[in-house]
Amino acid sequence: MRRLTIPAVMVTIGLVAAACGTSVPSGALTSLGDGEGELNLVIWDGYAERGEIDEAYDWVTGFEDETGCKVNATPMTDSANGVQLLQSGEYDGGSFSGDATVRLMAAGDVAPVNVDLVPNYEDVFEGLKLKEHNSTDGVPYGIPHGRGPNLLMWNTDAVATDPTSWDPIWEGGADYEGKISIYDSSIFIADAALHLMTKNSDLGITNPYQLNDEQFAAAIDLLEQQRDNGAVYWGLLTDQVQSFEAGDSVVGTTWPYQVSLLQSEDVPVKAVLPDEGTTGWSDTWMIAADAAHPNCMYRWMNHIISPEANAQATVWFGEAAVTQAACDAADEISPGHCEQQHASDETYWEKIWYWTTPQADCNDDEEETTCKDQDDWVSAWTTLRGA
Amino acid sequence: MVESRFVRVLLRVMSALVVAFLYLPLIILAVYAFNESRLLAWPPPGLTLHWFGEAAANPAIRAAFLNSIVAAAAATSIALVLGTLAALAVQRFDFFGRNSIAFMLVLPIALPGVVTGIALQTTFKTMGVNLGLMTIIVGHATFCVVVAYNNVVARLRRLPRTPEEASADLGADTWMTFRHITLPGMRTALMSGGLLAFALSFDEIIVTLFTAGAGTKTIPIWIFTAIQRPTELPVVNVVALLLMLLSVIPVYFAQRIGGETATVPR
Amino acid sequence: MTGPHPAIQTAPPDAAGRRLARWLHAHAGTQLRLLLAAPLAWMVFVYLGSLAILLLNAFWAKDAFTGKVAPFDWTLDAFAEILGNPVYRTVAARTMGIAILVTLTDALLAFPIAYYMARIASPRKRSVLLIAVVMPLWAAYLVKTYAWRTILQGNGFLSWVLTPFGIPGPGLDELPNAWLVLSYLWLPYMILPIYAGLERIPASMLEASADLGARASVTFRRVVLPLVFPALVAGSIFTFSLSLGDYIVPDLVADAKFIGNVIYDNSGLGNFPVAAAYSLLPVTIMVAYLLVARRLGAFESL
Repeated sequence: MRRLTIPAVMVTIGLVAAACGTSVPSGALTSLGDGEGELNLVIWDGYAERGEIDEAYDWVTGFEDETGCKVNATPMTDSANGVQLLQSGEYDGGSFSGDATVRLMAAGDVAPVNVDLVPNYEDVFEGLKLKEHNSTDGVPYGIPHGRGPNLLMWNTDAVATDPTSWDPIWEGGADYEGKISIYDSSIFIADAALHLMTKNSDLGITNPYQLNDEQFAAAIDLLEQQRDNGAVYWGLLTDQVQSFEAGDSVVGTTWPYQVSLLQSEDVPVKAVLPDEGTTGWSDTWMIAADAAHPNCMYRWMNHIISPEANAQATVWFGEAAVTQAACDAADEISPGHCEQQHASDETYWEKIWYWTTPQADCNDDEEETTCKDQDDWVSAWTTLRGA
Repeated sequence: MVESRFVRVLLRVMSALVVAFLYLPLIILAVYAFNESRLLAWPPPGLTLHWFGEAAANPAIRAAFLNSIVAAAAATSIALVLGTLAALAVQRFDFFGRNSIAFMLVLPIALPGVVTGIALQTTFKTMGVNLGLMTIIVGHATFCVVVAYNNVVARLRRLPRTPEEASADLGADTWMTFRHITLPGMRTALMSGGLLAFALSFDEIIVTLFTAGAGTKTIPIWIFTAIQRPTELPVVNVVALLLMLLSVIPVYFAQRIGGETATVPR
Repeated sequence: MTGPHPAIQTAPPDAAGRRLARWLHAHAGTQLRLLLAAPLAWMVFVYLGSLAILLLNAFWAKDAFTGKVAPFDWTLDAFAEILGNPVYRTVAARTMGIAILVTLTDALLAFPIAYYMARIASPRKRSVLLIAVVMPLWAAYLVKTYAWRTILQGNGFLSWVLTPFGIPGPGLDELPNAWLVLSYLWLPYMILPIYAGLERIPASMLEASADLGARASVTFRRVVLPLVFPALVAGSIFTFSLSLGDYIVPDLVADAKFIGNVIYDNSGLGNFPVAAAYSLLPVTIMVAYLLVARRLGAFESL
């Protein structure tokens, strides 16, 4: 027995080691070669800065010099647009939110990631690894970039007291007739549903992304009222920035980025995360299944979560960094940044409703319940905007 | 018809108003090119030449400009050849479907650009062609053909056939007649058609957005993406002003070449 | 008679070329086919073929979750969506309404200046006016739209002009903005054909009309208008079709959804079947418009 035990143990350890984590997922890059000279990305505006707005924030030109991969970045208006852009075959990858990532994985548009080729991945907070929105069957499909909440922004000259609830853009919208700035995407229906969770608990909404017919109709009703109060819709975040600058909007939903852009132009705005809670995003870099420049993409994915790059990127946009090292670097640029953003506080993120794709099966195990799916949401939004 | 004095004065005033209407936005834009502030409030707080320097130093603008010129030149050449061939066929021969040629050629311009753009993009994608400068040129050439065609057909209609017949009588074959008689007669039409096609291609944005792909930018695309970035707005004003000033050159040439109706870009 | 005129070159020694030329001359049909081959092939394969593929997309199914179009998976879902959801009719009505308004506006604005240029102005003034009218055409479309944006926005030029009178500026979300900017953009395209049409009317006709006792207004109504009508229609092809298909202007200055926006938005969201199906609407309208215009003689006045 002793003669067999040690080799048996060795074999067992060997087998276990082979099974856990050192195997390359099929479809992923097996080894890192030279850069191909070019990299085409789909991004959220502000995720690939090259110092054009503020010279201190540039995490692209250094990457280009080092790897020889020239970066072409196209901003998307919303997740559905991002999915379409990636599916067009013109891009090597991009930064996608949870409502895009699940669709891309299901459609086979993105390849799994060989994390051995991304050394910095080790340091990513455990709370962001192998989550439903960035992995399938335990295989990682992306590199986390950052996460953040949607905020309420207002122009302090036009709004007398600082609001603490979402009321100004809903029932209180009549006071700002014609100057309410709303995100132009079907995903915003979730924000209406979120508001109804507190305002109308009879509807029984438990998840703003899973809505039955009645709940959905109520949300659309609310959005129509908002539209009739004179909402102005922004697709690219710069639309909103220009709108606030021109005085065409005084209150609205926003991302932290616009707040800092406007403040740097001396437009008097403030933002808050209202008491009722909010929707948010957790963004992941994914590589296209048919990427023309995979080596450049892998180099980028490693670069963007390196401490300096991730620190700059998340301080610039106003979201939470994804590694402790990035947090430390961020604290040097903007002290207290990671704490403000709750970067490693997982309990905080449990209260943020990340963007996710609405599905007909309500994402639950009960067969009788059906929810409105992505097509229903898009169709309803088109109707709302076109009328 | 001798118009009454009142009518003449009225028409003169209305003409002046229309011209003022046409130029007001252009003048305002020109003022903004010197605007000190990045915000576009009116009136501008101060004047500066700073943005001109930034525009000159911007490599993306130069690259976009080059792309626009190359695409326009290539598309114009293709359009001239195809348009002339079609015009010669229609003008010199009678055949089934003759009346439909003009109709078919005008479709790319008459149908909404977004439809043409999506259609072309889908085709390129299906055939696995990478979007870039070549696909831009293909798209532009397609709707520029009708411009060349219209100009050449109009010219051919007015060209007397007798010199060509005389040339044939004197022993010249088809090529020679074409090279020495017909082509010189068409020269002004080719030049004005080419000028218009060039302007059309240079200015086009909608179809180009669909056929350009991720890495290629023409000047209109650059302007379009720059308008969406608040920090680039002042530079856009400068580029816009420069484009307006540059456009004096082709208008001057158009006047020299073809006289009045030759100056119409689409 | 002693030899070829010095201005005419002697025949090139290339016998093959001459032989081919002679053969072609005898075979007119082949000559025609060669001439037409390239342009036809281009138009049919590049353009009409692309339109056909787009049309096919309208009949294909799309997965709601992955967003992928399944080729040859025939369905009428896209058409059901367009016909069933009233918003598509609303958008179509809005777009056509504005296109018609723009055409009428441009015709009204263009006629006086075209008439002045064609029949009243001295040749020098005519030249100057012609250049003045044509120059804005060469300023890029985007540039002009963007210029209007700065004028119409909350703290823009128009606001600054109207504030002393207590009238607020329009902001960038009013439908009439689109009407204004589109009329502005296409105005020269209306002025020029009308000018050309008016210029072609021989003065003798108008004199004859006066000789026969007609007053100026009668001459205008019974002689000038009918003669310039094809040119008006030619101009309207541009103003109508360009307004019908535009999506950049309604988006940038009016925050409104036109036919072009619906097509563009749907394609941007990957919803190609609906985008393709809806494209049939402006295509049908324009083909019908072009057929009518051709009947009215507009193609000769383009």
